[in-house]
Amino acid sequence: MTPPRKKKMNLKQRYALMTRGLDWETSYQKMDDVFPYDTFEGIKITDWSKWEDPFRLTMDAYWKYQGEKERKLYAVLDSFAQNNGQLGISDARYVNAIKLFLTGVTPLEYQAHRHFAHLGRHIRGAGPRVAAQMQSLDELRHAQTQIHTISHYNKYFDGFAEFPHMHDRVWYLSVPKSFFDDACTAGPFEFFTAISFAFEYVLTNLLFVPFMSGAAYNGDLATVTFGFSAQSDEARHMTLGIEVIKFMLEQHPDNLPIVQKWVDKWFWRGHKMLGLVAMMMDYMLPKRIMSWKEAWEIYFTEAGGALFEDLSRYGLRVPKYADIATEEAEHISHQNWAIFYQYTQAAGFHTWLPTDEEMAWLSEKYPNTFDKYYRPRFEMWREMEAKGERFYNNALPQLCQTCQIPMGYTEPGDPTKIGFRSTEYKGDRYHFCSDGCKDIFENEPEKFAQAWLPVHQIFQGNCGGADLGDVLKWYHMENGTDNLDYSGSPDQQQWDAWQAARKKVAG
Amino acid sequence: MVGGTNEIKREEVEMAVVALKPGYEEAVDFRDKHENFHGNQVVYLHWEEHLSFCSAIAFPLPPDMPFGALIEELIPTYYGMHPDYQSLNWEQVEWKIDGKPSTPDMSKSLAENGVGHKSLICFRTPGLNGYRGSCS
Amino acid sequence: MAGIVSITLQNNDEARPVIESILQDNPSANANYMPGAVKIDCPERLVVKAESVSERIGRDWDPQEIHLTIVSMGGSLDEDDDELVLSWGA
Repeated sequence: MTPPRKKKMNLKQRYALMTRGLDWETSYQKMDDVFPYDTFEGIKITDWSKWEDPFRLTMDAYWKYQGEKERKLYAVLDSFAQNNGQLGISDARYVNAIKLFLTGVTPLEYQAHRHFAHLGRHIRGAGPRVAAQMQSLDELRHAQTQIHTISHYNKYFDGFAEFPHMHDRVWYLSVPKSFFDDACTAGPFEFFTAISFAFEYVLTNLLFVPFMSGAAYNGDLATVTFGFSAQSDEARHMTLGIEVIKFMLEQHPDNLPIVQKWVDKWFWRGHKMLGLVAMMMDYMLPKRIMSWKEAWEIYFTEAGGALFEDLSRYGLRVPKYADIATEEAEHISHQNWAIFYQYTQAAGFHTWLPTDEEMAWLSEKYPNTFDKYYRPRFEMWREMEAKGERFYNNALPQLCQTCQIPMGYTEPGDPTKIGFRSTEYKGDRYHFCSDGCKDIFENEPEKFAQAWLPVHQIFQGNCGGADLGDVLKWYHMENGTDNLDYSGSPDQQQWDAWQAARKKVAG
Repeated sequence: MVGGTNEIKREEVEMAVVALKPGYEEAVDFRDKHENFHGNQVVYLHWEEHLSFCSAIAFPLPPDMPFGALIEELIPTYYGMHPDYQSLNWEQVEWKIDGKPSTPDMSKSLAENGVGHKSLICFRTPGLNGYRGSCS
Repeated sequence: MAGIVSITLQNNDEARPVIESILQDNPSANANYMPGAVKIDCPERLVVKAESVSERIGRDWDPQEIHLTIVSMGGSLDEDDDELVLSWGA
């Protein structure tokens, strides 16, 4: 028998009292002066009271559930550390995925914390304001729990120690950093569209779900736990994302073209940034759960398809170049891993060539592309390694002005040709990896012409010097320790010593 | 209930640049202007159908550097490790500068050959198309 | 494919009665197990009933407890004291 459910007030009433009920219309200051940032983007809102938080989570309930999540998480983390959990992972190569995560993703959580705090003050409607405040706290929690978790790995493995410093300086980390800087320097509605909708709703599943499942499969109990703990907040963030889109589209028909442009922009930017995750899934997990292409099919083609079909009633269409992004799902992980393999000397994690077994997996998962275009590349490099002539690219790459990734992506329909796009603005040339990135620039050239492109900054003398050694020092990257191949690294030596000791004990 | 509206003025929407304050575009400092490179210009170089080099490669070069220095110094240094390099015949190479086919004069400078700041120089080597013809 | 809603929950002891309730209350639902998590897909609409979960665990289950085990979702969500509904077109 179930005991009777008794509540003084129902959820809707409590939510109304604890959000709208705490809000007021200012009297001795104009509302426009109190909320100066929510109009300049051109989004028209006629009635903020139409906003509703689907989860109807109030602050008191928020603290209760978050407190419980934290207690559970820290019990696991403590146990992981106490029991030397690092010994139970599938292979030490796996840890490199975590290095990329800590240097690339964790600082974004902190940035998100800061910007949602800003929105939690500056959005006129009480509903989204409270949701932004909660999300700000969530994001701080994510940054903290990730740092706590990974601090354990930092005791045993290289490449972690300088993560915030590296995030601000290292060439490939400028990709996630510039993505978030772009969002934070936009107005509040664009930020919501960028982060809450395009990233959290449309794309975040591609980051967290397969990756955390991958962590579970590779014996990384600590990462699984923080990942799923963070992800439980993510579901709430997703509802904020979809709500904000519907709200803007319902409030005024003039909002549609603005929102569509943002959706196009942030879908494309997210797709490019998640190429780093694609590479983690296909190349960096010693035990793989699904290919990037499979994840893309489930989480973008299928889930995104249902989403955009639903939103079509507002006139919103599928993001521009979604078809190109889907085609690129056959290539992006291979192309990105090849970039890091040849620039391993400047990477803050280790690289390697896929083994025969791994190449067989890649052939099976990518029957249209791997054997034809990418296997020969890896085989050539393997031959060179065998001759003691490991392939390094000793020049700096041309970067895309928008996504800041080396321009290594191929033409739609022709994987044998690099896609080059360029435009002129105020007498200077600007280069792009794709039509998507070029469109983004052309919509806001005054913003993207300011991009801090790592390669150009080195040439301008702003990165510690002109030699690799100077730049690595400026990155706080330890040459011979943090960078280069996994084979021969101190990480590998230590892992092998642990495995040997285990065998000895096992007799 | 808060019903604050944010109907906005038309002229703000019609401005080309969406910014919080007027005059944003004029106040912007573009980072990669030619004068920021200490007399050099950025030049990108790309060997087509050799995608084991993941992208075009970038160099800060003096505009008066002879074009021939590309084939005498830069290309051997940075592309020389590719197995195809040994068979490369410069007589047959097809050049493109900023997308346009070009027959560069090796003794003349980059600038005289039409290479400007942030120009892209592509070269194609007919018959040589990567490791086992894979364009890698 | 069109109109599929989904909910992903952790595959742990706390989520198990919720998963079981969903599968019982939504006959068209389909569970996909992956390491650490379960993604449940359902055409058009999926409901999580507080009553069903409460029966399984022998105490009053508040739908907000879903926050402890949810991983991801697809669809528009609506929640009140008795149930949590995912659907399109809401």
